[in-house]
Amino acid sequence: MPLMPPLKRLRGKRMDLGLARQWMDAWFEQLNAQKSYLSELDNPIGDGDHGINMARGANAAKDALADKEIPDLNTLFKTIAMALLSKVGGASGPLYGSIFLAFAKASANHDTLDYAQILALLNAGKDALMSRGKAEVGEKTMVDVWVPFTEQFADHAPSKDDVDALVEATKPLKATKGRAAYLGDRSIGHIDPGSMSTGYLFKALLDVLDS
Amino acid sequence: MRGILIVSHSAKLAEGLHDLLQEIVSQVPIHYVGGLETGEIGTTYDRIMEAAEASPADELYVFYDLGSAKMNLEMVQETLDKTLILSPAAMVEGAFVAATLISANADNKAIEKQLKPLGIK
Repeated sequence: MPLMPPLKRLRGKRMDLGLARQWMDAWFEQLNAQKSYLSELDNPIGDGDHGINMARGANAAKDALADKEIPDLNTLFKTIAMALLSKVGGASGPLYGSIFLAFAKASANHDTLDYAQILALLNAGKDALMSRGKAEVGEKTMVDVWVPFTEQFADHAPSKDDVDALVEATKPLKATKGRAAYLGDRSIGHIDPGSMSTGYLFKALLDVLDS
Repeated sequence: MRGILIVSHSAKLAEGLHDLLQEIVSQVPIHYVGGLETGEIGTTYDRIMEAAEASPADELYVFYDLGSAKMNLEMVQETLDKTLILSPAAMVEGAFVAATLISANADNKAIEKQLKPLGIK
């Protein structure tokens, strides 16, 4: 039997609560596994704590999910949002917190999400991120991964290599937002750590959709 | 009632500034939050919310140190039933000016005017 093209394969998939939890668990696991690497990326252009902050947030979210009944997608994303908001501690707290609050809103009253609804969820997250961080494309922030990824997701099913390429593309950018902006030209040549943790989120999504 | 809220990434910075201001103005409610509950550096929505709620003031002039404090503050501002005036002024000088003027019963317009040249964010 010939392999289905990725777009068709992914587009046939629906996200239910189980799949969404798998997605989140995979992301939390990756944030923990890459804790040192994320902080290392943050060293030259930030305060070197992105890995520690995100791992702390991921573990808080895992604990919160284990402690309470999660009946639906809305509760899942809201619980994660509140855990990240209360535990991350850096700029990523309010940014990811706003993204997951938007996910919660976009998934309210849905038991499952089809491809178009997953796209709508991602777009809601992207809009919330941009309005919270007041960042635009090209400022060397996670917006530089969110915007092109959601465009790709709308257009074709992106691969994990596509995500890697988007994260890598933050390297030559000069930071004009966030702590790294104080460094000006010295921020050039480093991957943006928030874009990396966002890359993990998107790659985990593609993994569960393709499973 | 008007008050001051200090939000810093560092517990010691926040506490130090609070002590400094309290020395000068004893009648103005000055609340602060610094760092994470574990004592580490950072700011969170929850802790800012707690500090803002603890103040008897319903109108708070807020002074903060770095960018992520501002984003968390904006989220608190959207959800809390109090007026939070986020000042872009340098934290120490701004808080000092606002505390002094609140204590002297100056109106908000006068305070904004004095804070304006201290804006750095």
